Amino acid sequence: MSQQQKSRDAYWTANLKIMAGCLIVWFIVSFGFGIFLAEPLDNFQLFGYPLGFWFAQQGSIYTFLVLIFFYAWRMNKLDREHDVHED
Amino acid sequence: MDNLQLLTYIVVGFTFVIYIGIAVWSRAHTTGDFYVAGKGVHPIANGMATAADWMSAASFISMAGLIAFLGYDGSVYLMGWTGGYVLLALLLAPYLRKYGKFTVPSFIADRYYSKAARVVAVICLIFISFTYVAGQMRGVGIVFSRFLEVDILTGLLIGMGIVFIYAVLGGMKGITYTQVAQYCVLIFAYTVPAVFISIQLTGNPLPQLGLGSTVTDGGGSMYLLQKLDLIVQDLGFGAYTDGSKAMIDVAAITLALMVGTAGLPHVIVRFFTVPKVSDARKSAGWALLFIALLYTTAPAVGAMARLNLIETIWPGEVAESQPLAYEDRPEWFRTWETTGLIDFTDKNGDGLIQYYNGANPDFAPIAEANGWEGNELMVDRDIMVLANPEIAKLPNWVIALVAAGGIAAALSTAAGLLLVISSAISHDLVKNIFAPRMSDRGELLTGRIAAAVAICVAGYLGYDPPGFVAQVVAFAFGLAAASLFPAIIMGIFSTRINREGAIAGMLTGLIFTFGYIVFFKSSSAAAIPENWLFGISPEGIGVVGMLLNFGVAFTVSRFTAAPPVHIRELIEDIRVPRGAGDAQAH
Repeated sequence: MSQQQKSRDAYWTANLKIMAGCLIVWFIVSFGFGIFLAEPLDNFQLFGYPLGFWFAQQGSIYTFLVLIFFYAWRMNKLDREHDVHED
Repeated sequence: MDNLQLLTYIVVGFTFVIYIGIAVWSRAHTTGDFYVAGKGVHPIANGMATAADWMSAASFISMAGLIAFLGYDGSVYLMGWTGGYVLLALLLAPYLRKYGKFTVPSFIADRYYSKAARVVAVICLIFISFTYVAGQMRGVGIVFSRFLEVDILTGLLIGMGIVFIYAVLGGMKGITYTQVAQYCVLIFAYTVPAVFISIQLTGNPLPQLGLGSTVTDGGGSMYLLQKLDLIVQDLGFGAYTDGSKAMIDVAAITLALMVGTAGLPHVIVRFFTVPKVSDARKSAGWALLFIALLYTTAPAVGAMARLNLIETIWPGEVAESQPLAYEDRPEWFRTWETTGLIDFTDKNGDGLIQYYNGANPDFAPIAEANGWEGNELMVDRDIMVLANPEIAKLPNWVIALVAAGGIAAALSTAAGLLLVISSAISHDLVKNIFAPRMSDRGELLTGRIAAAVAICVAGYLGYDPPGFVAQVVAFAFGLAAASLFPAIIMGIFSTRINREGAIAGMLTGLIFTFGYIVFFKSSSAAAIPENWLFGISPEGIGVVGMLLNFGVAFTVSRFTAAPPVHIRELIEDIRVPRGAGDAQAH
């Protein structure tokens, strides 16, 4: 296997790891907190919001936003580390 | 013509002048301009355009109303239609941008080295996009007929004319810059009334915080959501912050909407227009930021509108004192009665508006004891956004703004959809299947003709919608989730899925989902949750279709020949950002 091929495989594996991490968070806030655990979480309050309801109608959206920008930032770093960035 | 109507004409007319001005300024000169705006759109501008492209008449007009009446169950739309962007940014956008062609079917055709795969993808795309666009044209017609008091046909023709000018002239380039303007109009129109209402009810100018704040109640104060829970239960409805749908169905619908969002061709193609792979990742974030401004406001609009509505009908103690007399109904009630979106039937003949949950058997004894003979008020959910400024007694210019916003939302989405339809026809069918030797100019002309024809078909579907259009959401999202999304994902993340597997998978997902929705939407006897597969409603069945697609594709690929070497190289190449290239400055 060539040196370049090895480096590309390492880049791809690293990318898959970051991606999996982000998708786990994505799943936990929406399906976890917003749906499956919404009822028990509703016993807690965030100001006037029952917590499960807040995750379903507000919190999950804010988290999605943070996730995408985090992924974009992290991948830019990874691109440079593996010398596959553009320009 | 009264003051409000004149104002509405001025505001809407002004926005139209802007859209046409932009169209003339950004005419398309090449097929690259026409399909993907020369790949030179700044990620923030692309994010705004994507947001306008994405937020349709349904998001602008119907979503807050849906949430108002569904309460917690409405969360499926909020999470579903935003969570899909995470999938887009992580799983699709960067790789499709790197691949660097014009359309979604082109990717599927190249990756699966097959003309048949291209044709199947085009069929999926056209079906998804036309069901979706018909709903938009309908929305344009409704907004025109209500606010400008022209009939639906005239409204439709005006809307078609405007889209025609900038979609046919400007292609993707014209559409993108028009959508930036349309985003500004629609987000302003959505948030201004929401801010006013939030201040009126809670004193907090941010609706997102207002929904978690306190409102005055009698002498004291209590949390808005707490009060809403109490008064809707007093009227026999389920608590606002609790759901009534089965958990598995809520999860399935949410996932189907997320995956469907990521599989919608008119959304995916937006990420072909930015200069670099890193821009494609970032642009998805900007798009979601602009979308989130509306999507985090919508639950506040819904809850506050519901509270306002109930307090208008029940001016005293809810369900304990007398409701509003029909004689004394407010002005907005009279205006919207003429459209049929709100309707009063005096069932017990006492001249008072008894509004409660007449369908709840547990509540029937209470209603009977009070001498109520059924719910007397029918409220269409669309009224919650359209009449909201009037219910909250906001000035006329705010009402005119809402009209312009609704039209902007519908037109921007319609234009984006029409463009992917026309590029699928001119690029994927005509250029790549029937006339491969056509020149760039010939293809551009074909694209324009296809766009013009698509507008006429969409207008007709909007004027005379076949029964299924009412189920646009279930159809378009379910089909996108079950057909295109898995094919693209497997194309990027697996080197083993081959032509036979992909085609078999797409067809299985498409046919299964299509059949399930048609079956359960056309027969009323089957529309009972007990009969649903695993308790999943037609809205969420795209998830099962998607799993079938994955399963069939893997199985078939395992027993047929692996993809050729050059496909392996193509996959390796799209996985790394370097070498994307060919952007054009605007």
